[in-house]
Amino acid sequence: MPGDLKHLPLEDSHVVASARFGAFAGWHMPITYPAGVMKEHLHTRERAGLFDISHMKLIEVDGLQAAAFLDRACPLDAGALAAGQSKYTFLLAEDAGILDDLIVTRLGDTRFMVVANAGNADADIAHLGTIAKDFDVAVKPLDRVFLALQGPDAWAVLSRAGIETGALTFMTGMEPKPGWFMTRSGYTGEDGFEIGLPAADARELVKKLLEDDRVMWIGLAARDSLRLEAGLCLHGQDITPETDPASAGLMWAIPKPVRAAGGFVGAGALADIVARGPSNKRVGLKADGRLPVRGGTALTDEAGNPAGRITSGGFGPSAGHPVAMGYVPVTLAAPGTRLYADVRGTRVPLDVHPLPFTPHRYRKG
Amino acid sequence: MASTYYTEDHEWIRVDGGVATVGITDYAQEQLGDLVFVELPEIGRTLAKGDTAVVVESVKAASDVYAPVDGEIVEVNSALSSNPALVNSAATGDGWLWKMKLADAGQLSGLLDEAGYKALVG
Repeated sequence: MPGDLKHLPLEDSHVVASARFGAFAGWHMPITYPAGVMKEHLHTRERAGLFDISHMKLIEVDGLQAAAFLDRACPLDAGALAAGQSKYTFLLAEDAGILDDLIVTRLGDTRFMVVANAGNADADIAHLGTIAKDFDVAVKPLDRVFLALQGPDAWAVLSRAGIETGALTFMTGMEPKPGWFMTRSGYTGEDGFEIGLPAADARELVKKLLEDDRVMWIGLAARDSLRLEAGLCLHGQDITPETDPASAGLMWAIPKPVRAAGGFVGAGALADIVARGPSNKRVGLKADGRLPVRGGTALTDEAGNPAGRITSGGFGPSAGHPVAMGYVPVTLAAPGTRLYADVRGTRVPLDVHPLPFTPHRYRKG
Repeated sequence: MASTYYTEDHEWIRVDGGVATVGITDYAQEQLGDLVFVELPEIGRTLAKGDTAVVVESVKAASDVYAPVDGEIVEVNSALSSNPALVNSAATGDGWLWKMKLADAGQLSGLLDEAGYKALVG
């Protein structure tokens, strides 16, 4: 239903940049620009890539019980976050299935910002709204343009554009101007920033950023290959309501005292899964040769027994070889374990590979 | 003298002495984006019009390339095994995919000519 797609506030800027558009999570999105996915990907790792991620939703959580509310909605100790600190977390179902993955940033004593995935935003807002009824808190979806500037030159580019990033280090955020929200984070494995801001301010900022030779627009295709090389999960593929944080290898995001206290939605089910041990585990997979193995492909072991499946797969332009992620039985999850995928009748060998495929280069301070 | 035909699936077919060289058009390579793998057919394989002859893999997805006419594969562009990006940089030249011996030259009349193809892609 292309007619029902939502449109980015800056769509005209992408048209001017000759973007090729496609549908993603209900949005009409720039997939590639004339440079092409390969150059866009490599440019982001070498210089600075500009992404329009306005399909993602900023949700402000404000109220005397904001922290207590978030601790119920997410496996989180929101009160323990320092002002400006960001945390990767989830919305879980009662059975510990992952409804969405989120970044929560503390803005003040009783204010937080939640960044949600595009395809889940409406459901997230409804889910949060239901939980919020028991708390003195307001859940406020914001209308903002949301930009990401990612890559080793991101900081210098912003500085030259007159955007002071101050003391921001990886996974911290602030509100530099009224209506603005900026964090040092991203989803490429590189140093970088995400900036939510009103559309008029965004137009001005984009113009300034694109005047810098080090910056180019990067489409969703390269965003996907960048995050896959960085070993980061895409909700809807690598994590879903049918997967849980333990199987996904994301328990590092849930502090031990939070697990022990068990005050969040899904805590009981998650404790059970952890106690008996998940049967499958998310791993990286590296194919021999150059043939990419795509999401949805079934895996087998040496003897031909079912051994899980690929959830995301493609070619890693920086890695220089096909890269994939998937779920395999825990007994076959050790790096170096050889598995096989059937691609159009060809038996393609893959090895379980540590994630990420390309090292993270976050600026941790 | 060689004549060139096109299909609605964005292939070009250059016919010379009963042998057709087949590739994808510049429009098609642009739509696909950067190719990272080309799966070539076996020489000697017999294809009917519409059979999948080649699979091209871009960073993002796999796409089939179909036989535009009936025939037997007589040569494949093995340079693509190490350099699939040739299809992007020279779709109608060094980025050709395969050559096939025509089973029925009469099928060519059902294909588009250059003007017809240009009208199709605008």
